[in-house]
Order: sequence, then structure tokens, then C-alpha cells
Amino acid sequence: MKHYAQVFEAFNQGADDGWLKSQRIAAFARFEHLGFPTPAIEYWKYTDTKALAKRDFKLATDYDQQAAQQLMADKGLQLDAYQLVFVDGLLCKELSNLEGIQDAVVIEPLSQALATELELTSGMMGRLAGIDVDVFTALNFAFVSEGVVVRVGNNQKVDKPLLVTYLSTATEEAVMSHPRILIAAGASSELQLIEHFIGAEEAKNFTNRVVEGVMERNAKIHHTLLQQPSDKEWWVGRIQIEQKRDSRYTSHQMNLGGKLVRDDLVCDLNGTGAECDFAGLLFGRNRQHMDIHTLVNHNAPLTNSFETYKTIMNDRASGVFNSMVIVKKDSQKIQAVQNNANLLLSDQALINAKPELEIYADDVKCAHGATTGQLDMDALFFLRSRGIGEEEARGLLTLAFANEVIDKLELPAIYNLVETAVAGQLPHKIELDLIQ
Amino acid sequence: MIEIKDLHAKVEGKPILKGLSLSIKPGEVHAIMGPNGSGKSTLSAVLAGRSDYEVTSGSVTFFGKDLFEMSVEERACAGLMLAFQYPVEIPGVKNVYLLKAALNAQRKARGEPEIEAPTFMKLVREKLKFMKIDNSFLHRAVNEGFSGGEKKRNEILQMLILEPKLVLLDEIDSGLDIDALKVVSEGVNSLRDAGRSFLMITHYQRLLDYIEPDFVHVLSDGQIIKTGDKSLALELEDRGYDWVVEETA
Repeated sequence: MKHYAQVFEAFNQGADDGWLKSQRIAAFARFEHLGFPTPAIEYWKYTDTKALAKRDFKLATDYDQQAAQQLMADKGLQLDAYQLVFVDGLLCKELSNLEGIQDAVVIEPLSQALATELELTSGMMGRLAGIDVDVFTALNFAFVSEGVVVRVGNNQKVDKPLLVTYLSTATEEAVMSHPRILIAAGASSELQLIEHFIGAEEAKNFTNRVVEGVMERNAKIHHTLLQQPSDKEWWVGRIQIEQKRDSRYTSHQMNLGGKLVRDDLVCDLNGTGAECDFAGLLFGRNRQHMDIHTLVNHNAPLTNSFETYKTIMNDRASGVFNSMVIVKKDSQKIQAVQNNANLLLSDQALINAKPELEIYADDVKCAHGATTGQLDMDALFFLRSRGIGEEEARGLLTLAFANEVIDKLELPAIYNLVETAVAGQLPHKIELDLIQ
Repeated sequence: MIEIKDLHAKVEGKPILKGLSLSIKPGEVHAIMGPNGSGKSTLSAVLAGRSDYEVTSGSVTFFGKDLFEMSVEERACAGLMLAFQYPVEIPGVKNVYLLKAALNAQRKARGEPEIEAPTFMKLVREKLKFMKIDNSFLHRAVNEGFSGGEKKRNEILQMLILEPKLVLLDEIDSGLDIDALKVVSEGVNSLRDAGRSFLMITHYQRLLDYIEPDFVHVLSDGQIIKTGDKSLALELEDRGYDWVVEETA
């Protein structure tokens, strides 16, 4: 804590007096007041942040340009997209490219938006993910300086996906970053957002990112999160979405890396006809710990939520899946489906799965279920009896388990990345066009 | 091709095979018949390499190599294939993927390059047609929701594509109607040649009308107690097993 106070003081001292500075001070006070969560708090029951709390992280002031470029070349997605790249929390202009954005769409780095459009930006920041939401959200606000602002005008469909890549490099001293993405999606607008977190093998940094998105009537956001920090890294994320009438938010969360991962996703379905659809995969190995929490508030009638989450834990990895759906008193005729299946690949792996429902309306359709199991030994024997090596057969069956989720990934570059991460080097996929 | 000598095996601590010996030469078709619990399915499971069966003594050599020194996949790559009595359903793994992965694994083991996609598809389509299976089958998950007959046809399809040297057919006729039995038998017969052998395990003589064996063995209490030609099967159909057991007691 003392360390954070020192870093914070040095960080905020240089800032200009004004809205942001005072907000940061309030946020840091909130963080100090709450402290790092312990398992005594129900919301953090299965995730212990003690080891994280002990570490001292610095704020990066510079980064190795060559290392960043190499990391991007090795692991970055090859996509035709508007691109913003951050390295250890700092904007990397050389790797970013926002050329050709249509007139009624604004995509810019948060630092730029804070400098040039403070009023507009401050109105977006902390509205959904304020300092009272969670201690890490408060911490993010205290140190917020970089990120992305997206404003999509009414009836605008952003013509290319927005790819935000966060590179985490192997630094001498571990660094922390607190990026924040602010989205204002106009009525009947459409946005595809892809976030890709990449950690260098020896990186041991702490990333704490927050996304806030307000969706106007009939807006659509398709959000993909590819999370691949190194297995020595700490990663905390929160997404808060407010949905107005008939809006639709889809999320694909692929948690594939990190030493300790906590991922929170919250949707407030505030308008009739609003719908959210979450699919997620947690894939843990070695001693990784991954925790995903989702919360859907059905605050209006005729709203729908769908969730499909799969977790795969190998070695001594542990996973947490907790999904909460709350149906308000007057939210009649809603539909909520929570599906969760878990695969344990070793005897020492662990999963805590808890789908929860709180229903205060009487005319609703809700279903939830969670299953946990191991690979089917008969299926494994069958594949091996056809000549397929044991490792490959395990990979195939593991992939088959994850398929329900990763089949939803429409872009081949993303699908391949996740497939490789889950199943290792399987033989090349059959070209589908040959089989008609 | 395969030499089984004085094989003893246990399942869950209980002896099932008690000194089984059998030799199969290239091109031969053998049938093993016997009452329930005589050890028929244990034999095929032990040969294919199931881990829940414990071999306590005896030996099996396959092309001169110790079979028990080989992993399940090594046995398959060496040309041994078990056509399952109850083929397992594998949700999420498409048939086309299974076929290609298996074929390439076996080619790789033989030091051959991976098959080219168009060549593979041509091969698969030809075999599908022969087995009277619709092309859409390739995109379905392995055996998921298949009828009993479809599952057995799928086993034979795999056999046609993988072209094993020794095929163990474990009650391939169970649950098949006459039409399906004909298709399955034609598939098997199409592969019969001087270099390929079959070991059929069956309860019923009916199968042997379609796939004619060179030898028929009677298995009882973990041992082969009588060997004859296909007329022995007819006799068993007629008189049951008791007389053989009594004769050899």
C-alpha cells in the first residue's frame, strides 16, 4: 500500500489541477480505504490477491521499441482493422493506425481525448465504472492516463473492426498499467471491438483495464477479448455495459494466459428488447488461476441474456466461474440462460462453478446449469486405436469440448489463435470448401 | 502375421483368458465363436490395447514384434484395427477430421508424407459411396446420434480408408438388419486379399454366410477348445455349444 501511495503521489503531482486530478485523488483514497480484497469477501472468495498485493509495480515511462515491434510481429493478430497499440500502458504511435475512419466515428487515444475534449470525455468516464464499483476499478481510475475513446454516431456502422493490442514487455522492474476504454455507441450504430492482450514470455507485469460502454437504442457491439499475458503476469479486467432499448451486446472472452486472472463482465439491460450474449473460455495450465464473474441485470421487461462459458483446467491450475443474473420486480417476460461446462485435465486441477439467479418477477424464462468432468477415456482410446497419438488425441478432445465456444469466433485469425492455444499444434484444419 | 501363445488375462482381478493360443497367417479369415462370458471381447480388447485388461502371462507377436511393447496408436500404425462392438460417440470431433487425422498419423508412422487434401477427399467420397453413406456424414460429429447400423458402417468406412493389415471385427453383426449386414459384409469382403487377415468375433453363424471364414474356433472359459472350418459354425448353430464343451472336457 505504501508503495502504491508513493507511486501515486509522484504520478499525480505533475498533473494539471482540474477535474481529472481531483478525481484521481478521490479514487486513490477509495483504493486505500478498501485495500486489496481477501477471500473473506464473498465476491473474492476463491481468488486470493495477497501475492499480488505484495508486489511493487512501477509505471512505465518508456519502452523498448524494438521489443514491442518484435512481440507484435510474433504474436499480434493480422487483421484489416483500425489499430491502437499500447506498450506497458503507453501509446505506441508507430504500431497504431487509425487512418480512414469515417466522419461520424471518433476513435482516439484516451490521453488525446482528455487533452482536447475534457468535458465530453469526463462525462463518459466513471459513469458506469466509478470508484465505488470495485477496488481495482478505483485503482484504475486513480492511475488512468491512457486508453481509448470510441464514439460512434447514430446509424453509423464502423466499417472495420477496432483492434486494440496491449503489449506487455519483459522489463527490468515489473510495471503496471491501468488502461480504460470508453464507448458511446449511438442509436442503431454498429461496432466490432477486439482487444488483444499479449505478454512477452518473461514479462511479469500487472494489467488492470476497465471498459465502459453505453449503448443507445438498437446499437450493436461485438466485443472479443483475447487475453494472453505470460504465465508470470497479473491481469484484472472489468467491462461495464449499459444497454438501452433493443440494443445487442455480444462478448467473446478468451482467457488464455496469466498467473492470476480476474475478469468481470457486467451488463445492465435497461431498455425493453435489449439483449446480451456472452461466450467465454478459460484455459489454465501449470499453476494459473483464472476467475471470471459475470453479472446481468434485467432491469427492463422483454430483455434476454445468454451465457455459455467453458473452462478447461490442466496441471495444478484453478478456475472460477461465477455468473449472476438478477431479474427486477417488473422485468416480466425476460429470458435468461446460463450454461457452464468445465473440463479437468488433471487430478490436481480445480474449478469452482457457481451460476446464480435472483428473480423478483413472476413471468420469466430462466435456465441454468453447470457440469464438470474429465476427458472421455473411451473416446481417447478410440482415437488412439485409429493411430492418432495420445497427445494429439487429447488435444482433439479438448478442442472438441471448447468448440461450442470457439466456433463462435468468426474471424479465422482469431479462431486459429485460440485453437492453437487450446489444442497445441493439431494437424491443419480441413479446407471446408473441399467438402461440399 | 499374429501369433498368440498361451495368453492369460484378467479383468478387475478376475481371470478371463486362460491360456489362449492362436496363429493367423496373411490372407486368412478366422472366426471365434463361443458362449457369453467365454472371453471373446476380452481377446479383442487385449489385442487392441485397452488398459483396463491385465495380461498376466503369455505372448503376442504382430509381424514378429512384441505387441504388448507397443502403445495403442503404435499397434494401429503397424496395421492392427479393432472395429468396435459399441463405437463411441465423440461430440465436437467431425468424421472428416477423424479420418484425416488417423490416416495422416498412420502415414507419418510409415514415413509417408501427409495426404493432399483433394486426394483425400476423392478417396473419402469413393468409400462413402461404396458404403452407401451420404456425404453430409463427414460434417457430423463422430457417431453422435448415429443409429447402430450407421455406427457399424462408420467402422467399416474407417477400415476402407485406413487399410489395416489385421482387422478385429468385434460382433460387427450385432444390431444390424439384413440390409445393413450386407453393406457391412461387402465392405469387409472388398478388402480381402492375400496380405490382409481378419479375426471375427461373433455369436451368430449368420455373419459367416456373408463373410466366409477359413477357420472357425470355439472359445470356452478363456481357451480355444475346438477348431474347424465353416461347417463347424453350422454345427454350432444347430446344436449349441454344450456338446463341444462336453466333448473336450
